[in-house]
Amino acid sequence: MQSFASKSNTIEKKPSKFRIKWFRVLHYIMLITLALIILGPLYLMVLTSFKQQVVIMSREPVWFFVPTVHNYQHIIEEEHFLRHLLSSLAVGLTSTVLTLFVSGWAAYAIARMKFPGRGLMANTTLVVRMVPPAVLTVPIVALWGAWELSLANGTSIFSGINNAYVSWINSTVLCTSSSYWLEAVCPLFSDGLTDGRLGLILFYSALNLPFTVWLLIGFIRQIPVDLEEAAIVDGATPFQVFNKILFPLLKSGYAVAAIFTFRIAWNEFLLALILTGRNSYTLPVKTTLFIRESGVQWGLIMAMGTLILIPPMLLTFFSARQIIQGMTAGAVKG
Amino acid sequence: MKESKNLRWIVPSIFILPAVIILVVGLIVPVIQAFYISFFRWDMGTPWTSAQFLGLDNYKRMLADEGVRTSIWVTLRYTFWTTTIEMLLGIAFALALEKPIKGASVFRTIFILPLMVSPVVVGLIWKYMLDARTGVINYYIEAIGKAIPFLQNFGFERHSFLGEPQLALPALIITDIWQWTPFIFIIILAGLQALPAEIMEAAFIDGANWLQMTLWVKLPMMLPLIIVTLLMRIIDVFRALEVIFIMTFGGPGQSTNVLSLKIYRTAFQSQDLGYASVISVILIGITFVLSLGILLYNNPAKVEGS
Repeated sequence: MQSFASKSNTIEKKPSKFRIKWFRVLHYIMLITLALIILGPLYLMVLTSFKQQVVIMSREPVWFFVPTVHNYQHIIEEEHFLRHLLSSLAVGLTSTVLTLFVSGWAAYAIARMKFPGRGLMANTTLVVRMVPPAVLTVPIVALWGAWELSLANGTSIFSGINNAYVSWINSTVLCTSSSYWLEAVCPLFSDGLTDGRLGLILFYSALNLPFTVWLLIGFIRQIPVDLEEAAIVDGATPFQVFNKILFPLLKSGYAVAAIFTFRIAWNEFLLALILTGRNSYTLPVKTTLFIRESGVQWGLIMAMGTLILIPPMLLTFFSARQIIQGMTAGAVKG
Repeated sequence: MKESKNLRWIVPSIFILPAVIILVVGLIVPVIQAFYISFFRWDMGTPWTSAQFLGLDNYKRMLADEGVRTSIWVTLRYTFWTTTIEMLLGIAFALALEKPIKGASVFRTIFILPLMVSPVVVGLIWKYMLDARTGVINYYIEAIGKAIPFLQNFGFERHSFLGEPQLALPALIITDIWQWTPFIFIIILAGLQALPAEIMEAAFIDGANWLQMTLWVKLPMMLPLIIVTLLMRIIDVFRALEVIFIMTFGGPGQSTNVLSLKIYRTAFQSQDLGYASVISVILIGITFVLSLGILLYNNPAKVEGS
């Protein structure tokens, strides 16, 4: 700013108001250029999702065309979109709730209580946060392979529970009637424990926990401790202190944590690919199945991509502030 | 807080136990398992009882393995270029656009968007844009080449970006830059705006110009933040594989086969679970060392407790 000012002072003597405005214009031009670079690819995706395959395959980019909802229609009517949407939602929401519930408690203990191993706990949390998901693939195959094998052979104590659960859920009124909606919902349950969703919930929670614990520790430390101390003097148990005093004050912290947990569970691909099956694929996995031997179904892929983008986009528009808070918490706070 | 001796142990354990269980079952046991399996020859699809104990043979094999060396080299190049360019661009944009301005929140919202998009979707969009036949990017490169024939000598013609060994990695790097530069930008911007105003004023009164302020006041004060951000970014690049999985799946040849993808391909294509675990151990080692670096700068336990 200063160097700009001194330069133009020597070359041309313009009133200072003009210089400031000129700088502003440059500022906006830069911002708009960056925004266009960011939005361009996303816009292209949404645009392409309304094109027919013929238009998509043309060598020149087509900006004006007769839009069609054929791609969306195909996905929803013939590709069991609803089933996979429910799968994604079930995994995403369950792991989010589980993670928040568990990490709130852990963060409270680490931030407010003194106990042996507290420092170690905090450090371990930070280090396991960095475990690459790819590392989990082999153990998952080992673990889940053994699990499914034992279920199939009936050698595990769990197989009895699982079979009973599956036959019970299948016999309920919910799943014996035959509307499309119910057909989509029932596979969510009827495959029981073996269709990978429970595994996904476990691994997403484990991958997200270190971050949410860390985040919530930061939030708890900003709350003055006096209130809690007063409550303890009045004879409140630690559980009452957490539920009645901290929990209400931590709402914004939970909001930030929820956004990040849900985002990862909703977008994740690798573990979902390994763990889920034909009936339980989450949306990102389902999308990649349109890359076929016979060719890439770009129209369907872009329609899926657009639909997958909707929840993160809504989150961005309605809670940009919380997202930034969460992102900077990792680096700035500590 | 005064608590009896019993309470000191029992209450914190109850609060922490659920988190510990999930972390142990979901992360720590699998990591230990990966270490353990790395000493065995175990093929996918066979029962664990048929696995064969090899001792350190898998590790010896890895040291002599050209593929792993290529993979590490690719990972290092990919990490170096993405993080360097992202940091430079992110810091430069943050410095240039630091001043508060009307409508900043709108732009900030737009800049967050790429971070929220699923890596699968990002990979698919860029795969489509870079497509040799129908890709938008190829169309404009060719158009420029046709308009200025001279530029055709410099490669302004249609390319199969993801199909040529020399171009695939740069294409992936550009994709990563598109998605993650905004992350650096937002963090550095937040850091800049949190710098204490008195120091800035003092430097300003002392007659420091913009360049001096940036080089000698702002950047040194921001250094810890910059280092932590850089380390976080490096670890994330090491961990990520989804975009590469979608766009090239490590090809053509081995030219984009980063370590984490190599684990997946060894396990699920070569069906060699023991060897995949060896590569996992290396990857864990690298990320562990890097995260210790973050710990030095940014330790949650170091801040005073109550």
